[in-house]
Amino acid sequence: MRPNQTRDTAVGLFVLAGLAAIAYLSFQLGGVEIPGDKTIRIYANFDEIGGLKTRAPVVISGVHVGKVHEINLADDYRARVAIDVAANLELPVDSSASIVTSGVLGDRYISIQLGGEDMFLEDGEDIEFVESAVVLERLIGQLIHNTNVESDD
Amino acid sequence: MAGLVTRLGARSVDFIEELGRTSIFAGRVAFAALRPPLRLQRFVDEVFYLGVLSLVIICVSGLAVGAVLGLQGYNTLERFGATDSLGTVVGLSLIRELGPVLTALLTTGRAGSATTAEIGTMVATEQLDGLRMMSIDPMHYVVMPKALAMIFVMPLLSALFIVFGIWGGYLIGTYWGVDPGSYVTGLESSVTFRDDIVGSMLKAVIFGVLVGIISTYRGYTSAPTSQGVSAATTTTVVEASVSILIFDYFITALWGI
Repeated sequence: MRPNQTRDTAVGLFVLAGLAAIAYLSFQLGGVEIPGDKTIRIYANFDEIGGLKTRAPVVISGVHVGKVHEINLADDYRARVAIDVAANLELPVDSSASIVTSGVLGDRYISIQLGGEDMFLEDGEDIEFVESAVVLERLIGQLIHNTNVESDD
Repeated sequence: MAGLVTRLGARSVDFIEELGRTSIFAGRVAFAALRPPLRLQRFVDEVFYLGVLSLVIICVSGLAVGAVLGLQGYNTLERFGATDSLGTVVGLSLIRELGPVLTALLTTGRAGSATTAEIGTMVATEQLDGLRMMSIDPMHYVVMPKALAMIFVMPLLSALFIVFGIWGGYLIGTYWGVDPGSYVTGLESSVTFRDDIVGSMLKAVIFGVLVGIISTYRGYTSAPTSQGVSAATTTTVVEASVSILIFDYFITALWGI
């Protein structure tokens, strides 16, 4: 037995612990995807996404089932959002996606309401029914505008 | 007045000369690393002294910093009813800034100063000359493994610091009533791999290079007296700390995190 074998073992354990910490930060928090993770990608086109960001959570009945993969501007200038959800979910084709906010000023996320059809969404398909984000400033603007119109009468 | 200007000029020239000497020294270390033999056992020994023995201070500090961030963040966020964002606040502060910077400062204090003192003492007691007599290049046998080990351990220590910090914030946050789920979800949805994690590791590696080169250079060039060794150790801590903070600003500005 070499005299400094204990030391070598300690170094080995230290390196493993450090690499485990880096792996945790990268895969769990950084969201680096491990190939083979079973998800399907579906798309939804919104008129207004508010402050939705990539990697925002996607929920059904409040339960986390996936995340926003990518947001692009489609050819018709609507926002095209790519959503990754767990592959074992069977989402009826007439399901609808809406962008909602947690709390008044909280983060935006996507909530999916299930439809009633027997056909299920496949990888790469679009969600037909969408509900855009509510922009608070615009609502307030409309409210003020309406009040002014009424007081003019 | 003219004397003052002359002195300023002399100091500036000295500073630039010192910078040049440090760079040449860094080049010699890099060159030594490419030259066989590998000195693997020396490297592993140094990883033990610089890394494994720094584990306790890093983990305890990480836990304490995370806990205090959790407490401060909670008190501030509570005013806006936004305590659900605690995970984001704690995680991003640790990953982007506090993790790499505090790890580098702690490692400077614990391992950088020891490196300088060790090499400085070897200079003072003519051990390096002894190695040269046996035709062993002290640059290759003493300096290179220490500098490389410092560069190697810094990202590992920084990652551990961050994980312990996130855990500390989690303990305090959940104790005060933050929902554990939203702490973790906040973290997961706000941390990005390229900007945050890669940037953080890049910082740690660059800080490792700074501490490794400065501490070995100061030891190698220290005056062969007990005063000289103590002055070199002080210089290491001062120079490494200041350059870590200055480099931190520029990496943040250039990397855009």
